[in-house]
Amino acid sequence: MVKTHTPPFLSINDLDATFPDGNGGLQVLKSISFSVYPQEFVCVLGPSGSGKSTLLRILAGLLPPTSGEIVFQNHKQPRIGFVFQQANLMPWRTTLQNITLPLELENIPADVARRKAQELIDLIGLNGFESSLPRDLSGGMAQRVALARALAHDPDVLLLDEPFGMLDALTRERMWTELSRIWQVSQKTVIMVTHSISESLFLADRVLVLTARPGRIKLDLPVNFPHPRLEEIRYTKHFGALARELKDSIE
Amino acid sequence: MPRYFSAGFFVAREPILIILYIKNMNHSIKKDIRDPLIPIDYRIESPVRNNSIQANPWVSLNRKLREMFRFIHRTQNIWIPLFTFVLGIALWEAFARLSGLPAFIIPPPSLVAKRFEIALLDGSLLQNTLVTFLEVLLGLLTGTCSAVLVGYTIAKSKGFEHLVSPFLVASQAIPIVAIAPLMIIWFGPGLLSKVLICALIVFFPVLVNTVVGLRNVPHSLDELMRSLHATRRQMLQLLEIPSALPIFLGGLKIGATLSVIGAVVGEFVGSDKGLGFLINIGRGQYDTALVFVAVFTLVFLALSLYGSVLYLERQLLAWQNNH
Repeated sequence: MVKTHTPPFLSINDLDATFPDGNGGLQVLKSISFSVYPQEFVCVLGPSGSGKSTLLRILAGLLPPTSGEIVFQNHKQPRIGFVFQQANLMPWRTTLQNITLPLELENIPADVARRKAQELIDLIGLNGFESSLPRDLSGGMAQRVALARALAHDPDVLLLDEPFGMLDALTRERMWTELSRIWQVSQKTVIMVTHSISESLFLADRVLVLTARPGRIKLDLPVNFPHPRLEEIRYTKHFGALARELKDSIE
Repeated sequence: MPRYFSAGFFVAREPILIILYIKNMNHSIKKDIRDPLIPIDYRIESPVRNNSIQANPWVSLNRKLREMFRFIHRTQNIWIPLFTFVLGIALWEAFARLSGLPAFIIPPPSLVAKRFEIALLDGSLLQNTLVTFLEVLLGLLTGTCSAVLVGYTIAKSKGFEHLVSPFLVASQAIPIVAIAPLMIIWFGPGLLSKVLICALIVFFPVLVNTVVGLRNVPHSLDELMRSLHATRRQMLQLLEIPSALPIFLGGLKIGATLSVIGAVVGEFVGSDKGLGFLINIGRGQYDTALVFVAVFTLVFLALSLYGSVLYLERQLLAWQNNH
């Protein structure tokens, strides 16, 4: 699935990020360099405070890097689907209206947007909840709506910031299978930030481990389980060995 | 919570206290969600950020007020306030008759009703009510529009805030009765001076709530919109207006009732029309029943305005209602 022989979708060269904190600045990221290939699923794994969310926000253009460069394929700013830690839905919009938001921003005609949103609602399995408000959705449902919204405008890349961090353990594991399936259907490049080792191994083609502040890339681990992945892989020896390797690298 | 609650009642009377209070509140909100110096990774997940619209004290205050005034639109409960009302009238009538005080001191409700009928039939009540209503409405409109414009600029520009906020605080130290004569001197005894007085009194609460509402836009939704490359206009239309609306409408509710006060103050100081003028006439001629008629009409006017904003709120904020 991953085409490493094609030019990378995204190359990051020697990226630094420092935030002013009153005494010389707080260095959050230090000389980060890596590439992401089209349709690859990359997880950035690291302890809290390793600057993973900052990295994602820099990629999304929400924060400026202090130095270093980010080169995208075709040298143009990609269209981004961002999923946050919380579902981050607009409480005054229904499920359908939340999903059509990115299309509205691009001035897509309402009926086209509706049809697209309806397709995505089918994809995330929330038929019947089109006109529900966010407050009537469970955490898992809301997060799926957020995922559908991120896919609505057919972005070049999905950036996921610990999207399942707020969910309970069972829902979270169900969401892994769900995301894995959606990723295969949508064929997107995905960069996901997480602090869960099994989450990164279950989902990613490659796991990048960041050290604690300042975040630096410590390990670039390919994960070669074939897709689609079933829950069973988590109980294999190989999975255990990879998990051990990641764990050792974090500590 | 009681702190917020009492603060709500200060709005009408103690604008200075309220601005100090708001300043503090802005501070804590800013600390949590708006400080650009804190990298996102180290921002604390506070309840304000998590569920900001529900957690906001202004919204909960708003809810409290709405619950207090629920009898206005809850028909199944109408009998209780109606009973209290009838009982009050009956006691008043009994007291006025039995105390032996003259009617120009305590007119019995029956006399007030008769006076009401006369004023209604000769057209004077309707005519004066319309004048006051027009002043109140135009004042509310002018005050709200200018408050929204200034509020938006303050919320968006720190420099502008530093520039105008001392003047705004100082302006609130002057009681409206002290400004009213100036308005009459400058703009004459007609409609314009009253509209300006109403606008002045409405301006402040609407301004404060506009600023707080706009500052309270969840940071994470702001990021979402930016990640989708939303334009300035889309930002305003799709995010800022809807998320500021609950708090803004709270301010409008206070403004609507204050506007009635503004109109009456203006008419007291100088006019030949309106309900405030009617009260003056009644007092001068020892026609106390007429004073009561005017006062009740004013209450009715204020309540209908309040009810209209309440209705507007229920339409616009249907997503927030719990039933």
